[in-house]
Amino acid sequence: MSPALLTALSLFVLSLLVGFEVIGKVPATLHTPLMSATNAIHGVVLAGAMLMALTARTPLDYAVCFVATAFAGMNVVGGYVVTDRMLAMFRDRRS
Amino acid sequence: MSAIDTTIRLAYLAAAVCFVLGLRLMHHPARARRGNQLSAAGMVVAVLATLALVADSGTVTAAGWLTLAGGTAVGAVAGLYTARTVRMTAMPELVSLFNAVGGGAAALVAVPEIARLAGTRTTPEVGVPIVLDVLIGAVTFTGSLVASGKLHGLVPGRPLVWPGGRALNAVLGIVALAAGAYVATGRADLAVLAVTVLAALGFGITMVLPIGGADMPVVIALLNACTGTAVAMAGFVVDNTVLIVAGALVGASGAILTGLMAHAMNRSVANIVAGGFGTGDSGPAGAGAGPAGAAGATVRQINADDAGLQLAYAGKVVIVPGYGLAAAQAQYAVRELADLLESRGVEVTYAIHPVAGRMPGHMNVLLAEANVPYGQMRELDEANPEFARTDVALVIGANDVTNPAARRPGNAVSGMPILDVDTARAVIVIKRSMGHGYAGIDNELYTDPKTAMLFADAKAGLAALTGAVKTLVG
Repeated sequence: MSPALLTALSLFVLSLLVGFEVIGKVPATLHTPLMSATNAIHGVVLAGAMLMALTARTPLDYAVCFVATAFAGMNVVGGYVVTDRMLAMFRDRRS
Repeated sequence: MSAIDTTIRLAYLAAAVCFVLGLRLMHHPARARRGNQLSAAGMVVAVLATLALVADSGTVTAAGWLTLAGGTAVGAVAGLYTARTVRMTAMPELVSLFNAVGGGAAALVAVPEIARLAGTRTTPEVGVPIVLDVLIGAVTFTGSLVASGKLHGLVPGRPLVWPGGRALNAVLGIVALAAGAYVATGRADLAVLAVTVLAALGFGITMVLPIGGADMPVVIALLNACTGTAVAMAGFVVDNTVLIVAGALVGASGAILTGLMAHAMNRSVANIVAGGFGTGDSGPAGAGAGPAGAAGATVRQINADDAGLQLAYAGKVVIVPGYGLAAAQAQYAVRELADLLESRGVEVTYAIHPVAGRMPGHMNVLLAEANVPYGQMRELDEANPEFARTDVALVIGANDVTNPAARRPGNAVSGMPILDVDTARAVIVIKRSMGHGYAGIDNELYTDPKTAMLFADAKAGLAALTGAVKTLVG
């Protein structure tokens, strides 16, 4: 196994552990916004989709890149906006 | 490493820190919104860093830039529109839809790498992440689309089972795995990879179709975990650290929620995914036996005036909402009644079972939308000790999760974590009929001598109660 892959694997495993630790303590009241917020976080796949443009040369390349960035863009923007909309409704006392 | 490369990697690190701290802030409702905003700021940093990386490379064509701008803009507008217009009851569909596009994008990210390696021999080190990314991403894409369609009513919510469906699902799974394993060992054969993708897409569909609407909370959580994992695998493929960290965080979150939901429904994840039995989405209240129902046991009926008086003179009232409440759009009616009772000095809280909505924590969002303060919402473990000190428990649209039969072995709800409503001093249930819940058995709470049934639709019943309190006690 290459050192780069080993580093990536370590990062993955440790991030999983951090995730279990941090998310296990989120109260059930917030589980829907939590799921929606993590949903938005995986929208970071937009970064991966953008990298596709580096080597895109044929119409097919461009088409695949377009679909991937559109999917990821929808995921990330929609995810954060809807989570914010939900969390804005959680109030301490009635307004 | 060039200066710009270093800067980009540090920016990725900063983004990952924002994601983790953002989730950390979600430990309390008062700070959760700031947490999400911090996470969004991290996302902006990650995207800008990637933009710098792409620009710095100098290999992107003019058409490439147009594609990036166009694709992102189209996606962003679609996301913004759906996020702003979605009704809170439709949140599970939307989360599923975002899961689908996230998983789809993760699978597509591997395409340039696949094209580069096509026809060559490579190593499992390169092959395994590509195959996992494509496999999980494809399954999540179609699986989430079907789940979203089911929740939205585009695809029937009941379990869709047909002869050979289970077998077809198994065959597709085996084909996807076998073809994937062939590619993973380092033979980058495009035809075999295509078979992997097609089988995985088919597997996603045939996996979710037979799962009933009632089991959707678990399925959504599971697909969420899958999308996270697919994104992490995409990170391995394109050697991008922020994708790996973010994907792993989401994978962990999805896994935790899947486990919690399955536990709350008293089912194993495997059992739910195998699916296909009587767990259709029956809506607000199951049809079925009329008020006489329940196998000869006597049911005490109450009218709105008597129930209203009982509530008005109580010291502590606990409201137990189920999805039927939201389906009847009665969140506002319940809050109005709660306001009125509170103005009379009654202590009011809400006891919320984990599966009260259609996804984890859904009921809390629906109540928050109706302006119920989160300080009044109690989770299962907090709520149960409170029932013994409760004068009146008001059950609206919740059924199986209140059935004391769960404490005994040998029936459909045995072992399921329930709300101990039967330990309250008195219980009032608003329900249209004696119909059964998903489990299809009688609820012993309804025949308990201290329970009174108010047969009405949730919204009408609550309005009648509010009216009774107003006119009778002023």
